[in-house]
Order: sequence, then structure tokens, then C-alpha cells
Amino acid sequence: MVGALLPVALVVGIAFAPFCAQAESQLSLKSVNFDLPSGDGMFPSGPGADAINNNCLACHSADMVLNQPALSKAQWEARVNLMRTVYKAPIDPKDAGAIVDYLVSIKGVK
Amino acid sequence: MVTEKAFLSRSLSCRRQFLGSAGAATLALTSAPALADTVVKLLLPGGPDERPMTTAFPQKGALILQRTRPPLLETPFEVFDQSLLTPNDRFFVRWHWAVIPTAVNVDTFRLTVHGRVNQTLSLSLNDILALPRVELVAVNQCSGNSRGYFQPRVPGGEWSHGAMGNARWTGVRLKDVLERAGVKADAIQVRFNGMDEPVVEDAPDFMKSLDIDHARDGEVMLAYAMNGEQLPLLNGFPLRLIVPGWYSTYWVKMLNDIEVLDQPDTNYWTKTAYRIPDTPRANIRPGETDVKFVPISRMVPRSFITNIKDGDRLQAGAPTLARGIAFGGDSGVSRVDFSSDGGKSWQAAALGTDEGKYSFRQWQLRFAAPTRGDQVLMVRCTSSSGAVQPDTPNWNPSGFMRNVIERTAVVVA
Repeated sequence: MVGALLPVALVVGIAFAPFCAQAESQLSLKSVNFDLPSGDGMFPSGPGADAINNNCLACHSADMVLNQPALSKAQWEARVNLMRTVYKAPIDPKDAGAIVDYLVSIKGVK
Repeated sequence: MVTEKAFLSRSLSCRRQFLGSAGAATLALTSAPALADTVVKLLLPGGPDERPMTTAFPQKGALILQRTRPPLLETPFEVFDQSLLTPNDRFFVRWHWAVIPTAVNVDTFRLTVHGRVNQTLSLSLNDILALPRVELVAVNQCSGNSRGYFQPRVPGGEWSHGAMGNARWTGVRLKDVLERAGVKADAIQVRFNGMDEPVVEDAPDFMKSLDIDHARDGEVMLAYAMNGEQLPLLNGFPLRLIVPGWYSTYWVKMLNDIEVLDQPDTNYWTKTAYRIPDTPRANIRPGETDVKFVPISRMVPRSFITNIKDGDRLQAGAPTLARGIAFGGDSGVSRVDFSSDGGKSWQAAALGTDEGKYSFRQWQLRFAAPTRGDQVLMVRCTSSSGAVQPDTPNWNPSGFMRNVIERTAVVVA
């Protein structure tokens, strides 16, 4: 994929070089087809890790959560609740408490 | 007084910029394995502040990995010291939902314009390319740029200052497209939807709306090129809405649906999300209640030193060059002032090439660090509408609209 990218960039660059000098020159767009990284890494192990791995990783990678600052339990509850009610994360209600406890254990305000 | 020449040598011509980005791509290819082990420290209060650098995303060079899926990729700050226009392969990336089309066929792509119009349009890219072409240099900045510096910290994308970029956008006026469809007299808003979709079916699709007068102001654009090249996939190929002076939440990517509405848009992303306190600078006290919230809209002035970092050592009494970027938000840059003594005294900086009121403006000056010891450098932008950066940070629960005068702590020895 990366090998194919550079020649494409060169072709586009040559085709577009006159465009910089002359705004009215012809411009053509080229179809694209790429892969994105899967971002399928798991959360660090610990109590509740299964609950967060099973319920949260369909919509987003774990790094988003691991980059968050320390938050209070109430803030984590609000966050999990937002994911369920607004963003429609299909979190099993019996797992929600375990997810919050896990988040507090790794990202709670000390 | 610094001459314009210094700026000219740093601001790249279009062609040189292309050559430069091709060079960067080559570099990224050869150094990708090493970069996987590179970590950048963002100095976010309380942490965590280490992020990996990544070159794993298509059409992108080295960026700070904030989130892999859906991608949140931040521009490393040194990029802003290198050119007035942010290269496409270093331009930040932000998506809400993980279902992002990874293949786009330029022959079959269609933009639909429908709703309260005289005739529904289904426009090919060639149809759009045939409309009158316009160009504009404009800053695209995330509402939550610099969120990681909010104190107390708030959840969200924990950005440093690199969720922004400045590009030359080429495309067509939204006004011209709407005129072709013929907007009915009862239209009040226009809603924009892109090809991205939520993973969960009944979750709210990402859409944003503008008032009809704003949509027809002749400045709002549909861009098909960025810095003279087609848009990178992750910056919204093949079409992106450009809303000059407004935060990038409105700059809908992979735009393929425009709907003219005769009722206020009630979709979640317009009505409920991306709201700020209706207070000066969107500023409230943590825990404050009974606050009215309104949709985020226009940007506010910001400025940065790009060639001197926190912790750098300067030589006392020696002439030192400070340079950087400023932008007025929803208007141009009137002046940029610099302080080398923590804000006790200020001097005006020389301004670089004016690429229009929505662009970054480079600034620079020479100063002599006065006394040995710890010192704080500061830079302050005044916009042409008279808005001045404040000296205390704002706070709100979403971490939006930071524009405090930033401080760079140095050691003078």
C-alpha cells in the first residue's frame, strides 16, 4: 500500500503543479483505496477487563481510554452512561458497573 | 525591525511545498520502524502525557497518535515552525465514527442536494469541478484543540496544540451549488452529512447544520483540493465543507448529502453536542450550574511561539529570534505582541505575508533575554475585530475554545 502511494503522489503533484501558478487550469481527481489500522489492542488485564474489552472495543480502540486523565467515579459513570444512552453502545446492563469499576481502578482520582 | 525577506525564505511556494511533502513521504517510508518506538511528551498536567508517533495511516507522515480507531491524529508542533501552510501529510485528523469508507471512486461519487429546493440535484465530481472555482486560505481548528491543558482536566480527545492546521482550500461556493438547486423561500437551515457512519445502527449519524444566510454568504465552500492536491482520504476526500472562521466540527468531511431544512435541525450533533456556555470566552467555574449552553461557532484569536520550546536554554543578553504563528479566529490578525519577562512588558512583532483574514499569520522579532534565571516568554494576538487573547485560561466541561495567552518557560543562562 505504501509502495503504491508514492507514485500516485508524484503523478498528482505533476498534474497539479501548474494549478499553483494558475488557478483556472484543469484539475482532476483520482480514486483512492486504502486500509486503516485496525486498532484492536486490548485493555490491560485486571478485574473487569473482560467487560470493557467485550463492550467497548467495537466502536473505538482502547488507546482513547488509556489516554484519558484520572477522573472521579461519578465522571466515569457519566461517561459510560453517555456511551450507552446517546451513542447507543450495546452494553449489557450487568456489565456497566464492572466497566466503571475497571475504569476507576486504572484511571480513578487517587 | 525584521524585513519581509526573512519570512519569504521560510514561506514555501506551492511547488516547493509539494516537493517538500514528497520528501517527507520518502523519509517516512525509510524511518517507519523507528518511529513506531518514538514517543512524544505533551506536558499535559497530571498526565498521562506520552503518545506514540505513528506513520501507519494512508497519505500521512509522522503524526501523534491520540486514538487509532476512529482516528485522532495530531500535528506535531514543530510542523507549525516550518511553513505557513500545514502540509497535507502532517495535517491533523479527527473522526467521530469508525465506519469510514476506505475506497472512494471518483466516477461514481455523487453529492445529493435535496429538501426545500426546487429541484433535487445529484452532482458528479465533474459537475462540481465545472462550477466557478474559488480559493481560500483558512485555519481548520478542532473545538477541543488544547483540551489536555484544561484544569481541572476534562474527558475527551486529550489534544495538545496540534489539532489545527492552515491550508489553501480550492473548490466551489456552497452558494453556487444551492442556487443550482433553487432554495425555497421557507428554508431556514442547511444540513450537511458525510459518508462516515456509526458502528451501531441506531446511534446518531454525524451531521451539522448552518443557518441559511450563513450557508449562502459566498464564503462557505465545498473544497476538492487542499494545498493544490486532492484531499487526503482522512481529511475528507473527495469533498469537504469549509466554514471559514468557524471551528472544524462544521467542516463536514466526505460530504455527500446537503439537505435544505424548513425547521431547525434537531439532530444530536447540531442540537445537543458541541455546545458551550453562553458566557464570555465560554468560561464557567467547574461545577457551576444554571448555565445556558449554545452551539459553538466562531473561533477566537490564538498565537504560539514555534521556535522556542518549554525548557529551552537562552543566553542572557544575546539577541534571540522568536517566531511563530497567530490567527484572529473569525477575523484577521491586527497585531502580535511578545513578552520576554512573563507579561510585564510587551513589544510588537513583525508580521509576515497576509494570506487573508482566515489564515495563520507568521510573526517574528529579535529580543535579548534580560536577566539570568527562569523566565516566561509569552505571545498575544489581537484580532482585526479587536478581540485580544486573555491572560487567564477559560474552563468549560467539554474543553472547548481555549485561547489563553500561552506561556513558554525558559532558562536564561
